[in-house]
Amino acid sequence: MTLSSLSRRAVLGSALGGGVALAARAQGAGQLLNVSYDPTREFYREFNSLFAEQWKAKTGQGIRANASHGGSGRQARAVIDGLQADVVTLALAYDIDAIAERGLINADWQQRLPHNSSPYTSTIVFLVRKGNPKKLADWPDLLKPGVSIVTPNPKTSGGARWNYLAAWAWAVKKSSGGEQAARSFLTEMFRKVPVLDTGARGATTSFVQRGQGDVLLAWENEAHLAFAEFGADQFDIVYPGFSILAEPPVAVVDRNVDRRGTRAVAEAYLQALYTPEGQALAAKHFYRPRDEAALAAAGSRFPRIEMTTIDDPIFGGWKKAQATHFDDGGEFDRIYQPGR
Amino acid sequence: MKRPRRRDPLPGFGLSLGITLLWLGGLVLVPLLALLLRPLELGPLGFWHSVTEPRVLASLRLSFLGALAASAVNLPLGLLVAWVLVRYRFPGRRLLDGMVDLPFALPTAVAGLALTALYAPNGWLGAPLAALGVKVAYTPLGVALAMGFVGLPFVVRTVEPVLRDLPLEAEEAAATLGATRWQAWWRVVLPALAPALLAGFAMASARAIGEYGSVIFIAGNTPMWSEIAPLLIVVRLEQFDYAGAAAVGLAMLALSFLMLLGLSLMNRLWRRA
Repeated sequence: MTLSSLSRRAVLGSALGGGVALAARAQGAGQLLNVSYDPTREFYREFNSLFAEQWKAKTGQGIRANASHGGSGRQARAVIDGLQADVVTLALAYDIDAIAERGLINADWQQRLPHNSSPYTSTIVFLVRKGNPKKLADWPDLLKPGVSIVTPNPKTSGGARWNYLAAWAWAVKKSSGGEQAARSFLTEMFRKVPVLDTGARGATTSFVQRGQGDVLLAWENEAHLAFAEFGADQFDIVYPGFSILAEPPVAVVDRNVDRRGTRAVAEAYLQALYTPEGQALAAKHFYRPRDEAALAAAGSRFPRIEMTTIDDPIFGGWKKAQATHFDDGGEFDRIYQPGR
Repeated sequence: MKRPRRRDPLPGFGLSLGITLLWLGGLVLVPLLALLLRPLELGPLGFWHSVTEPRVLASLRLSFLGALAASAVNLPLGLLVAWVLVRYRFPGRRLLDGMVDLPFALPTAVAGLALTALYAPNGWLGAPLAALGVKVAYTPLGVALAMGFVGLPFVVRTVEPVLRDLPLEAEEAAATLGATRWQAWWRVVLPALAPALLAGFAMASARAIGEYGSVIFIAGNTPMWSEIAPLLIVVRLEQFDYAGAAAVGLAMLALSFLMLLGLSLMNRLWRRA
């Protein structure tokens, strides 16, 4: 990307009020910036101090790791527009792909670290009102008459895309009727959504504080957080029989670390996510660790349910799934087309 | 004859104009230029398709009609507020006066959250309204409500100074000439206020059309129904579709410009009449 196109983009961003005011932030040595998405706030706050200790013990150098949080897509855009991130830890591979497409990250980023560069995973669960008054146990129950569903807009929320894909996968694989059944299932489902918030946190607020809906489709970690925050006397978490393995990926921003000379520490930072300490910390914050030992140590916290992944042939990876379902004119748009 | 040099408190015309242009250029002109340039990537046909998608049209309709409706309601009510503040003296007037500016000062997101909490089906006002079968939050009505909130001070603050300068004698003269209260109001007061009212209406609408922060929480954001145009810009940015986002922005800009132009023409006709 040329400098002029970059500055033009920055100018455009501010013209649209898109909040790209995060212009290139000058950072001295000994600092590391992790650009992440919304619900990882609590996890990375703790992980950053853990990493600083580890790095100090290993190299004797002090390092201050900072994290910036926001909607996954918006954060990716900030990096594209010049935010000097050393590492990105986002909600979907699609958002990191978008940064890679503009040459800031090498195209092979997802092969550089174990498990598709996703050190922890999550899944999509149902958060329901205490006692589950509408008896919602699995996906088909969502279409019962009188049930209202809260999920954010898949156009603006990474988490909502996982919700949508989980529902789609269930309908394709578990109901007879294939894609056509999935299409009508999702159309019915979104008819029952009273408010499409722009992000996962907003949807949680609508469900928890505004009393909207009988069920919130949510990240497992977000559901646990709401559960812990607002009290187990108000909500129950329901694990559907089938869901999707959400893999939030991480990557070093090659262009930025090479310019800033922070490659070594940035790579160590991401590798630390895979260490037993990092994995245990992820589990503590309700992210499913990849490490079998850490998963076993978490005990019943993460019930084992049948899950598909984005690389399942019904989706064919993020690029294809994004184009088929969420781009303009895709499956999601057709749900809201008049006369359907 | 040479006119005597007027002494300005500010140094010369050249310097003031230069600074004005620089400031306007940096704040308004250059960002607008970027907004004009970016959709060029789409080509004229691509631009047209991009802004005439049913979903874009629906959101533009909601943003503009919502803003116009909110301002139309704000017009008489804002006039009433200005009237009460200017013409009457009562305890708490200052407080009331300060409250008018709150929508200016309050971060829009805070206003949006407060309105949503109040008007949600489980809120203080939302619950009784829901019992009557009126849904406010998460409907186009909620959108107009939030737009009315951000627009009110524009109407009040443009009408207020004109109303204050309107001599009471004009009304008294009308009364001595045998005009009824209604005639004095309709033929003397209102025509004098009309330009200010129109300007307030235009500013309130312009502000409401582009409003994002406070509307987004209460809108419901359902495509084709309660989705505002600024959200569609964000949606497109979220897909890394910079050109498409700028295209919607440009369409909004053009429509706003036409609307303001129309209102200003109306104002001129009014003055001539």
